[in-house]
Amino acid sequence: MLPDLATVIRSKNAGPFELTFDILFSDPYDYQRVVRSGQLSAERFASLYGIALDDVLSVIEFEPALAIKITIKRTRSSGALGESDVYGAQQHAPLLQLDIP
Amino acid sequence: MTQISILSPTAILGYGFPEASFREGLSRRPSAIAVDAGSTDPGPYYLGAGQSFTNRDAVKRDLVPMIKAGLDLSIPVLIGTAGGSGAAAHLCWCLDIVQDVLLDLNRSARVASIVADQSAEEIMRALADGRISPLGPVKPLTEKDINDSNCIVAQMGAEPVISALNQGADIIVAGRCYDPAVFAAVPIRAGYPEALALHMGKILECAAIAAEPGSGADCMLGTLDHEGFVLEALNPDRRCTVTSVAAHTLYEKADPRYLPGPGGVLDLTSCRFEQIDQRRVRITGTELLPSERYTVKLEGAKPTGFRTITIAGIRAPDLISQLDQVLEEVREQVFQNFESIDEADVSVIFRCYGRDAVMGKLEPLRHLTPHEIGLVIEVVAATQALADTICSFARSTLLHLGYPGRLSTAGNLAFPYSPSDISHGVVYEFSLYHLMTVDDPVSLFPVTVDLMGVSE
Repeated sequence: MLPDLATVIRSKNAGPFELTFDILFSDPYDYQRVVRSGQLSAERFASLYGIALDDVLSVIEFEPALAIKITIKRTRSSGALGESDVYGAQQHAPLLQLDIP
Repeated sequence: MTQISILSPTAILGYGFPEASFREGLSRRPSAIAVDAGSTDPGPYYLGAGQSFTNRDAVKRDLVPMIKAGLDLSIPVLIGTAGGSGAAAHLCWCLDIVQDVLLDLNRSARVASIVADQSAEEIMRALADGRISPLGPVKPLTEKDINDSNCIVAQMGAEPVISALNQGADIIVAGRCYDPAVFAAVPIRAGYPEALALHMGKILECAAIAAEPGSGADCMLGTLDHEGFVLEALNPDRRCTVTSVAAHTLYEKADPRYLPGPGGVLDLTSCRFEQIDQRRVRITGTELLPSERYTVKLEGAKPTGFRTITIAGIRAPDLISQLDQVLEEVREQVFQNFESIDEADVSVIFRCYGRDAVMGKLEPLRHLTPHEIGLVIEVVAATQALADTICSFARSTLLHLGYPGRLSTAGNLAFPYSPSDISHGVVYEFSLYHLMTVDDPVSLFPVTVDLMGVSE
């Protein structure tokens, strides 16, 4: 499971219109294992969150920080009518269930 | 080697910092004390309503030692995105606190204020000239968005801040700012490389958040030379590591390799993060890719109605098992009783905490049946009176609504409060989040310098 390998799994606004997820590792082997698993591809992420593939704006593997970063389009702009998480800081839970082969 | 140090006391002005860390920072003879005071994170309300998301007394607490040190050491104190959102109302709020601090210290100072507000006419002209484009997944700007907005600000770069320094300001209170600008202005003015100065500012603006353990309420020092810069946490209990600094470059942004700002994009692809000792990290190799035309980010907020909410708990399993049908019936009864009201003009939202209120449509576990629900009934309408009325009616309807198999016939809701309903005031929405190309990075942001504090 992803939480067994990653040291940080978090979500946060990247500006009021985007939501960004950071998965950070402390061990380069764990980082590489998750990268190679393909479980954090745009397709996989879209299906995990039940969103359109077009709404996954980028998946970036950033080795200097042993980090994988996924940015998606927010359901609505931060704080707009119907908002449930103004800072976007509690949208990471589905990643906690992600199986890494 | 020639170098210059900038002291960043705290991640957001008003979040506080330990005195010992600040004193340690001053002992390194910094050339400026700079702080970021703003963020869009708390949502559109603060920009729209002209309110700060930080507390006045907390901001004053931070400013007293900063301003005293700045004046004693004859180094500038720079505040970016004053008042949280950096519009005129926020600027006035912050200037008033600065005046208060100066009077308490029995000092006077040359205080620069830099206005970031943009008039609707100016933005209309830019729109007509084709100088405005969406930033990220944002709809193209319309004249209606501009007219509906009650406040529009542009993010200044370092140039207007440098102009304020050139006018001899001791204290600079800047409106909406590119976060690194107030940290980079002094080094850029002194001839240090812009790319490195901005990158250093990008990390310093969050102060010790980039350290380990991280904190938004502790000091950080950045020391810049012509080849790179060194970051140091000033509290001996924290240290900067390659991991903590590299991880911070991810924070709150979509792409850690390219960081766009006014005038250009910081390119971090050739950056080297080097652990020079137990507690310090050196960064080299940052480049600045200048944009073809200078662009500034616009932010605007518009009012969309008035909100009233009620909070209540539900513990009845028979009700929780058919909650959606019951809530739908409440909604229908509300609009049947107020037939003259158009459903399109009033939003009734039921938030079911314990089920899917945090993630909404993104919640994968919505099918699980909780034993308890925290319900928020929210109504947004064109007037506060109407929102109050509809919320009250929805609350009383749900409280006594019958449903199949109901055992608990005395009431469906557990209220924690009396009164149960809360009038929440104006609701705002971000109406602008666009880029605007400009010819002159300074003239959009008028600088005024005044002598403030005790009269001499």
